[in-house]
Amino acid sequence: MSVCWQGSAEAAWEAAAAVPDPEVPCVTVADLGILRWVRVEDGVAVAGVTPTYSGCPAVLAIELAVEAALRDAGFEARIERVLTPPWTTDWITEEGREKLRDYGIAPPVKASGSIRSLFGDVTVACPKCGSTDTEKLSEFGSTACKAHYRCRTCVEPFDYFKCI
Amino acid sequence: MAVYDALLELADDHLILGHRLSEWCGHAPMLEEDLAMPNMGLDLIGTARTLYDHAGKLEGKGRSEDDLAYLRDEREYRNCLLVERPNEDFAHTMLRQFYFAAFMRPFWLAALNSTDVVVRGVAGKAEKEMAYHIRHAGEWVIRLGDGTEESAARMRDAVEALHIYVDELFDSSDDARIAEAAGVLPRRADLRGAWDRTVAEVFSEALLEQPRAAYAQRGGRQGIHNETLGHLLAEMQVIHRAHPGARW
Repeated sequence: MSVCWQGSAEAAWEAAAAVPDPEVPCVTVADLGILRWVRVEDGVAVAGVTPTYSGCPAVLAIELAVEAALRDAGFEARIERVLTPPWTTDWITEEGREKLRDYGIAPPVKASGSIRSLFGDVTVACPKCGSTDTEKLSEFGSTACKAHYRCRTCVEPFDYFKCI
Repeated sequence: MAVYDALLELADDHLILGHRLSEWCGHAPMLEEDLAMPNMGLDLIGTARTLYDHAGKLEGKGRSEDDLAYLRDEREYRNCLLVERPNEDFAHTMLRQFYFAAFMRPFWLAALNSTDVVVRGVAGKAEKEMAYHIRHAGEWVIRLGDGTEESAARMRDAVEALHIYVDELFDSSDDARIAEAAGVLPRRADLRGAWDRTVAEVFSEALLEQPRAAYAQRGGRQGIHNETLGHLLAEMQVIHRAHPGARW
């Protein structure tokens, strides 16, 4: 198996891209834009992985999982941590946003660059019923990347993937 | 090695304040804050890790982030005094967080133009995280300052107690000055206007006033700390020192 994969950058990309996020397993590292690129150099697959939030405890787990996926696909593997350009929630693909919504997590509001006025709030649509009549319960949710919301229409609580 | 030392100052600020926030884990006044404070602490510790790693590489002696965090003594720590202040009550903790974030947000915004690629990368994330910290801590400063008689009194005590540690934020050590001249880090003194505006905006809503004159406390950048830092380091470093080279 390792022979037929050797030198194939696409195969390496596919193997790495399929790795699920450890905390939000409905999306892959490629959906989230955490996997920046995969190159095959002298038979070694090198994956560029970017950290999300500075304090995300999953960074190391993600790097190990990508490395393991590449090895399983028959490559020697190495991870390179990519800091620039910095990851923002705008790196999440359209497909990734859809998957988050299906999973019950409201995807981040677009255009992360424009930090609204300090105390301005954003409108977050409920991932279950689509209503925009929602309220923030807690700025900090079940993981570093999420805030906790409640829908006033269907009365369901839900996670919101914070916009940075 | 000036740039190495200047990065260490910055990393120490983040690690020590991050550790202080972690001390609240399991002790916060409500569940939301029990999540919020360690969460903010993780942001700071994550930033510190990248800076230590980078500083260690610039130093070129093979020191890792763990070596720099766990194997330096009190006098070798270069953090400013504000971040090592004890948590005291929730009002002190939130005001300390607000003061620090109100300084770091414009710092990282300016550092987006750093000549150092790692600093630029850190800045790209940290400026957004600091906006979150300003908002969260600022909301509490307002809620407590413009709250009950008890909460307002506690917030006023915090303002009184922490005021003397503010000026040190805007001092640049000799090492920092060299890093600033090289365009690696922004000039600290230039950030005073932005800090004053943020604090004035929140204080006016919080019905708080900034004390006018005070004798500013300094010394952290020279390794001269309050006794509280030694206690913090003892707790933070004990496992690593008891089991040298421990990894997990």
